[in-house]
Amino acid sequence: MTGSEPSRRVCITGAGLVSPIGGDAESRWAALGDGAGRPARVDHETYAPFFTYPIGDFDPSVQIPKPGDQRAMGPMMLYGVHAAGVALEQAGIKGEEALLEQTHMIVAAGGGERDWSLDEQIVKGLPGANDKGAYLNREMADGLRPTLFLAQLPNLFAGNISIVHGVSGSSRTFMGEESAGIDALRIAFDKIEAGQGDIFLVGAGFNAERPDLHLMYHAAGLLLRDDYAGLWHRPDAGICLGSAGAFLVLESEQSAAERGARVLGRLSAVESDRTRRVPGAAKATASGQFGRIKASMGDGGVGILSGACGSGTITAEEKGFLESVLHERPDAVVRGTGEAVGHAVEAAFLQNIILGLDCLERSRMFPPLATDEPLEADADDREVNQILVTGWGHLKGEGMALLEKADG
Amino acid sequence: MAERKGGAGRVAITGIGMITSLGRGVDANWPRLLAGDSGIHEITRFSTEGLRTKIAGTVDDLELETANMPAISYAMADMAVAEAVGQSGFGDDGVFPGDLFVAAPPIEHDWMARQFLAEHCSPGETSPYARRPIDTPDGAYFSYHEDFMNGTLADRLAENYGCSGSPITLTTACASGASAIQLGVEAVRRGERPAALCVGTDGSINEETLIRFALLSALSTKNDPPEKAARPFSKNRDGFVMAEGAAALVLEDPEHAKARGATILAYLLGCGEAADTFHRTRSNPNGRAIIRCIRGAIDDAGLSPTDIDYINAHGTGTSENDKMEHFGISEVFGDHKASLAVSSNKSMLGHTLTAAGAVEAVITVKTLADGILPPTINYDEPDPAIELDVVPNQARKQQATFALSNSFGFGGQNVSLLIGHPDA
Repeated sequence: MTGSEPSRRVCITGAGLVSPIGGDAESRWAALGDGAGRPARVDHETYAPFFTYPIGDFDPSVQIPKPGDQRAMGPMMLYGVHAAGVALEQAGIKGEEALLEQTHMIVAAGGGERDWSLDEQIVKGLPGANDKGAYLNREMADGLRPTLFLAQLPNLFAGNISIVHGVSGSSRTFMGEESAGIDALRIAFDKIEAGQGDIFLVGAGFNAERPDLHLMYHAAGLLLRDDYAGLWHRPDAGICLGSAGAFLVLESEQSAAERGARVLGRLSAVESDRTRRVPGAAKATASGQFGRIKASMGDGGVGILSGACGSGTITAEEKGFLESVLHERPDAVVRGTGEAVGHAVEAAFLQNIILGLDCLERSRMFPPLATDEPLEADADDREVNQILVTGWGHLKGEGMALLEKADG
Repeated sequence: MAERKGGAGRVAITGIGMITSLGRGVDANWPRLLAGDSGIHEITRFSTEGLRTKIAGTVDDLELETANMPAISYAMADMAVAEAVGQSGFGDDGVFPGDLFVAAPPIEHDWMARQFLAEHCSPGETSPYARRPIDTPDGAYFSYHEDFMNGTLADRLAENYGCSGSPITLTTACASGASAIQLGVEAVRRGERPAALCVGTDGSINEETLIRFALLSALSTKNDPPEKAARPFSKNRDGFVMAEGAAALVLEDPEHAKARGATILAYLLGCGEAADTFHRTRSNPNGRAIIRCIRGAIDDAGLSPTDIDYINAHGTGTSENDKMEHFGISEVFGDHKASLAVSSNKSMLGHTLTAAGAVEAVITVKTLADGILPPTINYDEPDPAIELDVVPNQARKQQATFALSNSFGFGGQNVSLLIGHPDA
């Protein structure tokens, strides 16, 4: 936060994102400007009656050239390992062994993909089996493939980044849905400020195209179904899962300056909290976070990227919070990115950090995504040089970060 | 007063708690570990019909309504935390004003849950993933969502013990428990809050996890007798034995601990970590990551290799781990290796996986405090390629001052902790 030694200020020197709106910065900016194309990106057939945002086009062989490496991962890890390669390359660290040995990794992930056809086969056969235990053991021992279940271990995500890109400083994997991504950023940020490391690779992956996850979220009645509705006006069953892989290289200002690395943006604050989710509690937490952050905000134009998940009650509370921020900063421009990219759970917050960098690069926000909602006002050509990113978990956890233009 | 060795970043340990297949609580476990007892037994939780491995160190007597992975893992973590927080005496009125770091197994639906949902979410369908959930009242099966979210266990602990900030759930495979402690050490050193609660828990033994490790040829198949299966550093070792357990440590700023008159059980002096870039299940034969990791812990503590008296080994009993761990120790310690004692708790407890780093850190604290080294049991046929004093079969009265606790995981994650006697 403000007050830290200038040399310990936190910069972003690399960013890689694959998302439902494309695999590179140009295609996603074009897509964000093209609201009319949005419904076409939402898949309402494969997992009907639910909606998913499938990953956009990208070529994994660019960052993961060995087919054997690609086969060792499921889609979630593939998105992330690719995005990590893009971020390392942009930061000028890729292939630099001495730097990679000093690069610390914090990855947010849940479990990888299962063998769904095996699951279905077993559940079909189980009720009729005479000895259920023996049946289960036989089916799994015959059907499970070691390469696949290695791809299920969340920590193998970071393991694959070490193997493919040679990152060897350290490796930590955070789990715990939305908060995992927020806390990955927060811990890297705190460690750089405190001098506990100079270069961090922070990222997450999420694959929405998984029937087991639809079952998991549907069990709680959380998935939007049947008829599409705008992000800010959905029932509690209001989440559309979206795929993403998002990685950042965070670096102390001193390290970036010494290496001559280009600074994409400055990370000025990261807040992460939890509260028992009684009505109003998350809003109170976020208001406290904003109270601490706003002291370090400048006078320049503010963009706000919300990662609202879409589930009615909690998203309405977040909308109320954003309206209270707008009351204080009427010049701020709010966008709920879930409309464009769906909800990427562990990867949601980091994805929005990267979309925030895209905005800073151009000093402006993209057009409103929810055209039917006054919260997302037309920004005209308002100049923006700081971005507030908010992320609330669908069950728990509230996060906030402030990004500033590097030369601001 | 002369400056103490390892003074710069020391963090006090003011509370410990544990539960394993040997018992509930530190006081129940410690005498049994010194007696060389084994917690490994035949699996009764589920059928092992047709499986090559039929033994484990499950924790079975928890009296849970549903004995699934999240419930067992939470119940054990809760017990370990209650013990550690109680001993530390930090906080009051159910509020522990410190950070929470929890190493926990990755959670997904088990077969019980999957089948229940197949029957109830999709009437008339036999597929668990049938996408016609029309008759499901929204939220009727909420617990089948919330209980199986990876963040829920830590969230419930944070609520129950009033921890500050956002609780972190993490995994670095078999190094997870040590990573949780390392995150706690870093947080206390940053000084954001005076204390941190570090937890490792693992109640993940079910048909599927057992079969997964078996298919990697990682598990011992010496089922009879179960207590002889785990044979770290022995020539006839044939894999690890899966086990369950939990441990918790309260880490605290030393000045804060002293000011409130807390008993300091030991100090965490240093942490080392390094990631291997070689292979998904094997370490690089050059041992570089293990060496960097051990050296990192010693450097972080401001000590030199000759200061170390004892190593609580990762010592899983797989051919690969024990060979590589011995190699790493030989490289780092050179001639000093001959004066080191190195024992493996896993010979008695099995491999508590996600919890192991925390469980073994707690045991290391007791090892230093009581001046007794726990043994490596089942050491009947020494591996001539591994020249280590493994404290064979019998505990030994020997006062160690500085001890390392190693944790090396699948996927190349390595963590070493350096723990010091309270008077050191």
